[in-house]
Amino acid sequence: MTTLAEFSIDSHQLLDEHGQPTQETWPAFANDVEQLRHLYRLMMLNRLVDKKAVALQRTGKMGTYPSSFGQEAIATGIAFAMQEEDVFVPFYRDYAAMLHRGMRIEEIYSYWGGDERGSCFVNNPRDFPFSVPIASQLLHATGVATAFKLRQQPHVVVATCGDGGTSEGDFYEALNVAGTWQLPIVFVVNNNQWAISVPLSKQTQCQTLAQKAIAAGFSGVQVDGCDVIAMQMITEQAVTRARSGQGPTLIEAVCYRLCDHTTADDATRYQPSIEVEAAMAKEPIRRLRTYLTQQGAWDDQQEQALSQDIEQQITQAVDNYTHQARQPLTAMFDYLYAELPHSLIAQREQVA
Amino acid sequence: MPEITLVEAVNQALHYEMRHDDDVVVMGEDVALNGGVFRATVGLLEQFGEQRVLDTPLAESMIAGLAIGMGTQGLKPVAEFQFMGFIYPAINQIINHAARMRNRTRGRLTCPLVFRAPCGGGIRAPEHHSESTEALFAHIPGLRVVIPSSPTRAYGLLLAAIRDPDPVIFLEPKRIYRLIKHDVMDNGEALPLDTCFILREGTDITLVSWGASVHETMQAADQLATQGIHAEVIDVATVKPLDIDTISKSVAKTGRLVIVHEAARSGGIGAEIAAEIAERNLMDILAPIQRVTGFDTIMPYFQLEQHYIPSVDRILQAVHQTLESS
Repeated sequence: MTTLAEFSIDSHQLLDEHGQPTQETWPAFANDVEQLRHLYRLMMLNRLVDKKAVALQRTGKMGTYPSSFGQEAIATGIAFAMQEEDVFVPFYRDYAAMLHRGMRIEEIYSYWGGDERGSCFVNNPRDFPFSVPIASQLLHATGVATAFKLRQQPHVVVATCGDGGTSEGDFYEALNVAGTWQLPIVFVVNNNQWAISVPLSKQTQCQTLAQKAIAAGFSGVQVDGCDVIAMQMITEQAVTRARSGQGPTLIEAVCYRLCDHTTADDATRYQPSIEVEAAMAKEPIRRLRTYLTQQGAWDDQQEQALSQDIEQQITQAVDNYTHQARQPLTAMFDYLYAELPHSLIAQREQVA
Repeated sequence: MPEITLVEAVNQALHYEMRHDDDVVVMGEDVALNGGVFRATVGLLEQFGEQRVLDTPLAESMIAGLAIGMGTQGLKPVAEFQFMGFIYPAINQIINHAARMRNRTRGRLTCPLVFRAPCGGGIRAPEHHSESTEALFAHIPGLRVVIPSSPTRAYGLLLAAIRDPDPVIFLEPKRIYRLIKHDVMDNGEALPLDTCFILREGTDITLVSWGASVHETMQAADQLATQGIHAEVIDVATVKPLDIDTISKSVAKTGRLVIVHEAARSGGIGAEIAAEIAERNLMDILAPIQRVTGFDTIMPYFQLEQHYIPSVDRILQAVHQTLESS
């Protein structure tokens, strides 16, 4: 017998659930408290934008909404690991990265409020809109990465999906082509343990989701998805490798979905409360606040000022969203094709 | 002008457009080194290199999704599905993404791509290699579905499909890949999409068809002419969106309509044409509209396929019934 292949999966955590460093040496960016405050502010923005979205839905001002409560560190780490010219291909719990890269708060509310203009991304023409069908967006990401590679552009694609998405054929097909063609791409799996009501244990027998990269010929790594510092560090490393032609990486960000799947769901039907409580103690924002406070880099006054600033932004965004002129009925025919085919003109006139 | 077959016309159009537009990329299973299992892409790798002619891993959803991503970056992928029977794993990508990317981003990201696939029966191929399921795609807003019926139209319509800024499903009737030769000028001139082609003018009855069945339909029209019956023959060519105006004008003239297609009958494009004509031409119609189609059965294996595909005799029978009842 000869062993032809072996693999190992590393797991990374720099800031533990109590807000204490797990090792003496940190990456350079993490020694700059101002950068840590940026991470903190973005996670807070994500959380409060989320909270308002749920409130808007509960009061009938918006449609079904998938929250990202407890998962804010993942997209925040991604946000600071990417460059502007890179392309982000999200699923639907990546608000931090999308906001940081230019999506307006009111665009989030518009999209989930049933208005196509939410995906206009007027401040960020590059990135992809939310992808509701599971894992199919990962293939678009490989296509974008292929275009970058064929044109020898020095850009990287970062694409996300959930743990349930790793059971989809498109997930494996995307990883396979990314590995085969050594594409400049980073896959980030938000492993929040739940695909609606199906726990990870019923999704896979794999010890980690990161190891799914091994079969595609590249490396996978697990990160504490509630540790924003580790998230930024690992994503940055993967993005740098991709940019320098060293191919793809799969990052499994382990966290917990501390919210319903969407506002149309009731997670108390299936999430054990003891498990939720344990996960709540590990959530990402509190642990960074603890650390920053201990460093003398954050205090109640700053916290209050930040909250006020974000609330103001949100109030303005809600105002913009609710006062946005409705699309005309004919909007459903807009952008269906570059030019409306002759045969559709009569149908359009029915609503004109 | 050289005489070429339909598959050679496809090949010629690909060569022409790749020479004139650096953004055109051909991709799919076996398209590069092997030149495609039907040789539709032969010679492209040698001329344009592996940066523009890509042998992909064997995964249809991936081929579609990859093309979508490339398309959003301004490339113009022409992706081949080896047979129409293998396109179904890509349906999620085609329907949920390619067809609606422009709409859902309000024109910000688009999919200027072509999905080519050989369609239809008649070549004694194994199971799953002979279906005609164009109606599945014709139902989807945001797509174009184009089916050429001759070398000339294959060349001109494929050029138009590649230049079109929206996704086009380009279905090539493999039964006639090498059946006929036409003089085709390799001049880069596209034919119009969304437009029917009147192949033969007539006053007594309108025969509407597309793809390979256009040939049996034309043969039927020839035989009818010897009997003094003047059939107008229309090749629909773009089955989505449908140029119903041309068909409607013809029926207004002839008062009779027979629709011929190889695909199964129920919920087919023939049904859509019949419904549109019933709405527009009720007062013109002298006899019930008839459809000559494949049956609502699984496409039989090749021993029986000739009895499934509409024959000249079945078309003639429908025409005579129509004439007798008016």
